[in-house]
Amino acid sequence: MSGPTRRVALKVVGATLGAGAFAYAGRPVAQWAASVDIDDLLRRHYKELTADELAQILHRIEDDTQKKYGVEVRVEDIPAQDGVSFGYALNLSLCIGCRKCAEACHHENNHDRSTNNSYIRVLEMQQGSFDMEHGRVDYDHAVPAPGKYYMPVQCHQCDNAPCVKVCPVEATWKERDGIVVVDYSWCIGCRYCEAACPYHARRFNWRAPEISADEINPDQGYLSNRIRPQGVVEKCTFCLHRTRKGLLPACLEACPTGARVFGNLLDPASPIRYVLEHKRVYVLKEELGTRPRFFYFFDK
Amino acid sequence: MADPVDTVAPPAPPALAPGLTYLRFLSAALRRSFSGSWRFYAWMTVLTAIALVGLNGWGHQLQQGMQVTRMSDHVSWGLYIANFTFGVGLAAGAVMMVIPAYLYDDHDMHDVVIIGELLAIAAIAVCIGFIVADMGRPDRMWHILPGIGRFHWPVSMLTWDVLALNGYLLINLHIAGYLMYQRYRGKAPRKRWYLPFVFLSIGWAISIHTVTAFLYQGLGGRPFWNSALLAPRFLATAFISGPAFVIVLLHVVRWSGRLTFGDGPIRTLTSIMRVTVLLNLFMLMSELFTALYTGGAHAAAVKYLFFGSHGKRALVPYIWTAVTLNVTSAVLLFLPRTRVDRRWLLAACACAFVGVYIEKGMGLIIPGFVPSTLHEVVEYTPSITEWKVTAGVWALGLLILTVALKVGLAMWTGKVRAADAPPMGDAAP
Repeated sequence: MSGPTRRVALKVVGATLGAGAFAYAGRPVAQWAASVDIDDLLRRHYKELTADELAQILHRIEDDTQKKYGVEVRVEDIPAQDGVSFGYALNLSLCIGCRKCAEACHHENNHDRSTNNSYIRVLEMQQGSFDMEHGRVDYDHAVPAPGKYYMPVQCHQCDNAPCVKVCPVEATWKERDGIVVVDYSWCIGCRYCEAACPYHARRFNWRAPEISADEINPDQGYLSNRIRPQGVVEKCTFCLHRTRKGLLPACLEACPTGARVFGNLLDPASPIRYVLEHKRVYVLKEELGTRPRFFYFFDK
Repeated sequence: MADPVDTVAPPAPPALAPGLTYLRFLSAALRRSFSGSWRFYAWMTVLTAIALVGLNGWGHQLQQGMQVTRMSDHVSWGLYIANFTFGVGLAAGAVMMVIPAYLYDDHDMHDVVIIGELLAIAAIAVCIGFIVADMGRPDRMWHILPGIGRFHWPVSMLTWDVLALNGYLLINLHIAGYLMYQRYRGKAPRKRWYLPFVFLSIGWAISIHTVTAFLYQGLGGRPFWNSALLAPRFLATAFISGPAFVIVLLHVVRWSGRLTFGDGPIRTLTSIMRVTVLLNLFMLMSELFTALYTGGAHAAAVKYLFFGSHGKRALVPYIWTAVTLNVTSAVLLFLPRTRVDRRWLLAACACAFVGVYIEKGMGLIIPGFVPSTLHEVVEYTPSITEWKVTAGVWALGLLILTVALKVGLAMWTGKVRAADAPPMGDAAP
């Protein structure tokens, strides 16, 4: 074969191989790009939606859930009530570390089943120490164990929330009633909030959540327990889909010892006000200046 | 615009319309990017292959979610952000050529300063690549565009970083592009069209790494990062990795025969490194003293990083490798032998570069998360997918750098010129 012909042949073979390599390597990206829903892609921030647009979106999510999970759900947008500012307190003298709260959260908030996710972590602490370094979350024995006390930790709905400050796209913010929420349709998944939170309160959807149809909680809020998309951050919302309707958070209802006290800080007759006025309460990592709405106290 | 009807060929080529010349300039650059020796093709093929492996890994990550990484809610940033941080340092470090060239009027450095500007462009591209790789929802990228999405400026430090990095990219694109275009046209660059931007780029280079350090050091819940020394350390390490890379690059360029220059720039950069390697070791020692002598919870991450904690030691080999390399590079840089023997200098640069890469990457990002804010010790080692994507992004950066240098130096040395350009003369800026 002569020189130029061979060169041409080599070029053709090279170009074919190259094009094949590009096509093969790029296929997963192309498939992903094709799967991106255009309405979802262009959906605007929660605060920019008109009532009509929001209603349509809620319907859309209900339909999508029906299609994907095979179950009929009701997704609502429940606004904060006037004259309400939520607070939560936890009686460490009563908590026995049974983790019923974490389990209730898991079910109420439609968490991914395989990872057993929950917004609550319960620390088994050493008597005589506030140092979490001496605590552990992976205890596996009968509770309460001698010489230990138990400290459940969840989102503290800080008034000076580091997670809200760091978000580059305002996908997370503080509502009028003090609850810090996430717009799951706006979050870009950078996880800066997860790095910023001093209380390990945030979770990321490392995969699309998996829940069987019969286990899905059908009463869902747009800003709370609707089934989250893949690749976004989520967090405890004090069960706003319940508490904004006058119900109590799921974790409180599940607590067998009555260690949890929840209510409206603006209502002088509320149990939370009683605790704040009569017990010696403290907040976690007060020195960071986060101003939590979640209080701990000992009773005896 | 020229009258299309007028087809009479004039005796001498008339000056082309500026728009047309610019298009020819771009097309000359494009042609130059795709032609070269078999060595060039081989190098570009290898880099493209690695970049495609990365693209493929990223595609799987997009489809299956970030479960394909080994990050977790405990260690929520990993290899990608570690590489991003190092990349910002590399981009900022390139300014160590610009400062001597323009502030100290170092003429030798002036001959090669374009290399630093091109390196900054490629390094910023790497940074953007790692940010995109780390996003859970890159499809929602538009949310972070100022004016179009919801840009949480000035409260979120990340929005500052978006401005700093993209601004730095644009400034360097303008400077390098303008200088190349003028050389292409055979005209002397007009100072007012690039000098203000050069001085802006110096301040901006410092700012990109300061802002990146502030991302971490402003987080009260992460005691390992929450130190006022973080930004100074970032700058010191940037001025190690940047000059180290450039010294190696200058040797490659000289070996390729595409640019001839004296030893001045290499000597200057070596002098800078002699200071910054010691500065970095000193600041590291100061951080270690504060943490370990004080003890308590604030020392937990440092103890985990250097000695392991609760029997978990994933980072211990990383950090001791980094410390060993950094100390070795410091010793090498001060040996008389290194002044005369290029191999020793290149070895010192390699040690410094890799040492900083580990210290500032895995050695800085991961211990911020271990122990977690609730003092759980959950470890992290990157997954295969994370390594693939990481290699891919770096390969992409090297592709950009190679093309930028190939085109840039050809224009710089007058090898590629407009048809109507006057002969090479005193066009040097």
